[in-house]
Amino acid sequence: MAEHGRVDPMAQFKIEPLFGTDHWAIAGHNIAFTNSALWMAITTVALWIFVAGGMKRALVPGRWQMAVETMTGFIDGLLSANIGPNGKKYVPYIFSLFMFILFANILGLLPLSLLGVHPFTFTSHFSVTGVLAILSFSIVLIVGFAKHKLHFFSLFVPHGTPVWLLWLIPIIELISFLVRPFSLALRLFVAMMAGHVLLEVLSSFVISSANSGLLWGGVVGLPSFLLMIAICALEILVAGIQAYVFALLTSLYLNDAENLH
Amino acid sequence: MDATAAKLIGAGLAAIGAGIAAIGVGNVFGSFLESALRNPGAADGQQGRLFIGFAAAELLGLLSFVVAMILIFVA
Repeated sequence: MAEHGRVDPMAQFKIEPLFGTDHWAIAGHNIAFTNSALWMAITTVALWIFVAGGMKRALVPGRWQMAVETMTGFIDGLLSANIGPNGKKYVPYIFSLFMFILFANILGLLPLSLLGVHPFTFTSHFSVTGVLAILSFSIVLIVGFAKHKLHFFSLFVPHGTPVWLLWLIPIIELISFLVRPFSLALRLFVAMMAGHVLLEVLSSFVISSANSGLLWGGVVGLPSFLLMIAICALEILVAGIQAYVFALLTSLYLNDAENLH
Repeated sequence: MDATAAKLIGAGLAAIGAGIAAIGVGNVFGSFLESALRNPGAADGQQGRLFIGFAAAELLGLLSFVVAMILIFVA
């Protein structure tokens, strides 16, 4: 797609093997250490540092401990509001999920290109968000079947279903249940990808118009640049909202598994 | 019609879906704000539902984006 002098908006999503690990393989499958894996590792380390810095357990918390406790308290409140007292045991999972996605989204937005490092947003790949969604979905299935045994299938027949609709409602409920992991994964992946493509397209407007002279640079380039700044702010908001929505929907699905309908 | 042209027109038509989903997302937040201003005391308790509605409305717009991307890059 990339022609001369044009910015390819999809190039930023390219997965490349790093540090000469191109040909590492296990049983014929390539396991190269890619930029995606590198940024997952960076996210994990950043998250670990963030949480470790707040583990001092001081009676009067400092700023850092306050920040960590605000996040854990936020997830705790989310779970107790959506699941009730049974939700306490999911705090570690939902907290890790939320913070991992949040850190990944925000780290991918950092303007590190100024320093020559190209941040890679691995949440803009369906394979990554798909695995996160499958993880959440399998926890729902395991908890549901372990707690309610086969009674879990009553999830597909909501209370107050009229008898003459019993042939239709379970099918619709089953489809809406099975679509959940796809919608979870798709939402995060597309929201992140669309935002980054948009930024890249706007930046290509700025570059091309500035190259073609003062007139077009002023008419097209300047408004595009201002729009880009606004979209950057919007993307930070989206990074937070998408992480929150992922955690919120996971907790709603866990509520179905814990309490049925 | 040329197949490539048809694909690109289809991708453009899929963008209509994104625009309509934008109306939906605006409707979610607009209705929330309207009723939150009537009863600010109850507003904080409904934020979870607000984001569920937002997520549902947004997903349908994102699906049209996926359709456009599939038409351009995959099909």
